[in-house]
Amino acid sequence: MGILKTFVLGGVHPPENKLSANVPIQELPVPAEVVVPFGQNLGAPSKPLVQRGDKVKVGQLIGEASSFISSNVHAPVSGTITKIDNILDSTGYRRPAAFIKVEENEWEEGIDLSNELITKEDYEPQEIIDKVKKAGIVGMGGATFPTHVKLMVPPGKTAEFLIINGVECEPYLTSDHRLMLEKGEEIMVGIRLLMKALKVNKALIGIENNKPDAIQHMTELAKKYEGISVHALKVKYPQGGEKQLIKALTNREVPSGKLPVEVGCVVQNVGTIFSVYEAVQKNKPVVERIVTVTGKGVQKPSNFKVRIGTSINQLIEAAGGIPENTGKIIGGGPMMGKALLNTDVPVVKGSSGILIMKSEESSRKVESPCIRCSKCTNVCPMGLEPYLLSRLAKVKEFDKAEKEKVMDCIECGSCQYTCPANIPLLDYLRLGKNKVGENIRNRNKN
Amino acid sequence: MDNILIIAVSTLAGLGLIAAIVLYFVASKFKVYEDPKIDEVEEALPSANCGGCGFPGCRAFAEATVKSAKENKTIDGLFCPVGGNEVMQTVGSIVGLQVEAQAPLIAVVRCNGTSAHTPAKVKFEGVSSCAFAHTLYVGEGGCMYGCLGEGDCVAACDFDAIHMDPETGLPVVNDKCTACGACVDACPRSIIELRKKGPKDRRIFVSCVNQEKGAPAKKNCEVACIGCAKCVKACKFDAITLNNFLAYIDFEKCTLCRKCVEECPTDAIWEVNFKPRKPKIVAVDMASEPVIATAEKPANSSEDNQENTNNKTSE
Repeated sequence: MGILKTFVLGGVHPPENKLSANVPIQELPVPAEVVVPFGQNLGAPSKPLVQRGDKVKVGQLIGEASSFISSNVHAPVSGTITKIDNILDSTGYRRPAAFIKVEENEWEEGIDLSNELITKEDYEPQEIIDKVKKAGIVGMGGATFPTHVKLMVPPGKTAEFLIINGVECEPYLTSDHRLMLEKGEEIMVGIRLLMKALKVNKALIGIENNKPDAIQHMTELAKKYEGISVHALKVKYPQGGEKQLIKALTNREVPSGKLPVEVGCVVQNVGTIFSVYEAVQKNKPVVERIVTVTGKGVQKPSNFKVRIGTSINQLIEAAGGIPENTGKIIGGGPMMGKALLNTDVPVVKGSSGILIMKSEESSRKVESPCIRCSKCTNVCPMGLEPYLLSRLAKVKEFDKAEKEKVMDCIECGSCQYTCPANIPLLDYLRLGKNKVGENIRNRNKN
Repeated sequence: MDNILIIAVSTLAGLGLIAAIVLYFVASKFKVYEDPKIDEVEEALPSANCGGCGFPGCRAFAEATVKSAKENKTIDGLFCPVGGNEVMQTVGSIVGLQVEAQAPLIAVVRCNGTSAHTPAKVKFEGVSSCAFAHTLYVGEGGCMYGCLGEGDCVAACDFDAIHMDPETGLPVVNDKCTACGACVDACPRSIIELRKKGPKDRRIFVSCVNQEKGAPAKKNCEVACIGCAKCVKACKFDAITLNNFLAYIDFEKCTLCRKCVEECPTDAIWEVNFKPRKPKIVAVDMASEPVIATAEKPANSSEDNQENTNNKTSE
């Protein structure tokens, strides 16, 4: 097989636990009521366009992008808006959302619901970007950055590569894996469309070597499409990080504080690509997504295709309910996901998985003093010194933390995972990032 | 042999003399005049270097005071909260100005979300930092405005004046508080406020900062301000305002008549260090001090009088 590509600096290899890798995507029935938050993307939340009592169809625009970094929100079901109110999101804070009572299954006109593959490619680049923008597509890997913003290459820069993230380096999660196996053809067409939008002629798909079936399938398909190549990568976390993936595939390094386009790359997740295909070829906005429900105690670890706004409770029920001895329910993967405060929160565009952890695996171990073993420094994929940065954040030396590039931290959690003293390094790093970010924003304002 | 000694000593003496002459001229050429009053003022200050006055340390405050007295003939707006009126009088006499006495302030924790009132729904395992917890989630009790109980205020206090009560999980301010404001800045949820200490340490305040509507506020915490405005109606002195479903008592206008305390349906308004209620309350003079004319000692004076904001007398 030869030596597999990967990124150079740091990284860890947690147990993969891809329990649901062989479970085909199952479509869940539309629930009786959905709750659609207006802020589902990174950046500004969308502006509500509907009112209580309004009738909506599937795919109808209900929230309009309110600023440059913002995205549209569409009704994922047809029915009546029962209220527009604040809901508790997964962190417990209140966010505005629309409550829609489901009635019938009426879709907005112009949306193609057939499964037929459309390979038409004669679009203008701007046309594709506009369609992506209209469909409210955000980074479906979990970061939820509005995709159309990423596609607009700033003047003076040129994109050279489109990089497709099929890495899915988070343990447990399998939604991207299943999507590549089941919708590979559509993803290929989606890639071709984005290549056109970005005016690039090379697309590199990176897939970790723990998904040999996906690598084989995608390689077969890529032969039919010009300019697309599939690359098997060594299994290493956090390879799905934008900067790590660019390093692994092109051996280019994104400078500190800069965007990938600086080195001629644009990175998109396979889930995003699939949404792009649906938006451009089928006029279908983001109304559903694939969510992995998994965990060691879960009866049926599954990959569900659900409408946005479905309660997470319903997904857990469908996977066999919450097992006894559950310690934490995590939104996202075990490394970067966040524990949910309650399970009555809706699926949003960035929900890649729900992980139910037993109490013994989820509880934190007792912290002991740092023994300067430098493991955290060795595993940091950004070349930072987590022990130092966490210390600086702890003693509130935020100016020094800024000089030590705390803002480069991608919050992958490798340092905390590897720390033999169980120091909550990532907590302090996040604290430092928050404060330094605040300072920078205040400085820019003045 | 003697000769060498003489040469060595005289060379050194000569070098010293030359250096002294050079230094003398340099010192007189580059002399920086510093008002001796600055040193005097600094001497009078408490040397806590807490930053409560808004300047980085006592020296900077002394410089600013002397400068302001010289240029503007006033030191209004400059106040050392730690030293209080006494120190400011001394400072005033040094710079030769009259200083108006200011009512002493104290830090007040405006949250009563104890573990009994807001039972924990989740368990937080992260680092003990309110600033971090605030960005991560709402808090164990579920109130997005309430105290997170991780003790950033305690860490910020230079005067040993604020401590966590392990039973309630809330910080408690004691009488060492100098109103420097460090805890106010440290609290990511702006729960702590500097309020007038009040005559005989008597204070009335709304012990809640929840800006949600009544129902969601009450759902998480039974002693939350629900924004019912009963206190606003009860107040004859326009001291209470209601914004975003949250009542706020202006301590400048409040006459400590205690009418609002009786009205509050959720016991969110606190009276501190008052004597137990009598059926009749004697008339209140708006302009000056206070309040309840009586020869009796207040109930929780002497030992009890620990500035303890949790000593709600009516409980």
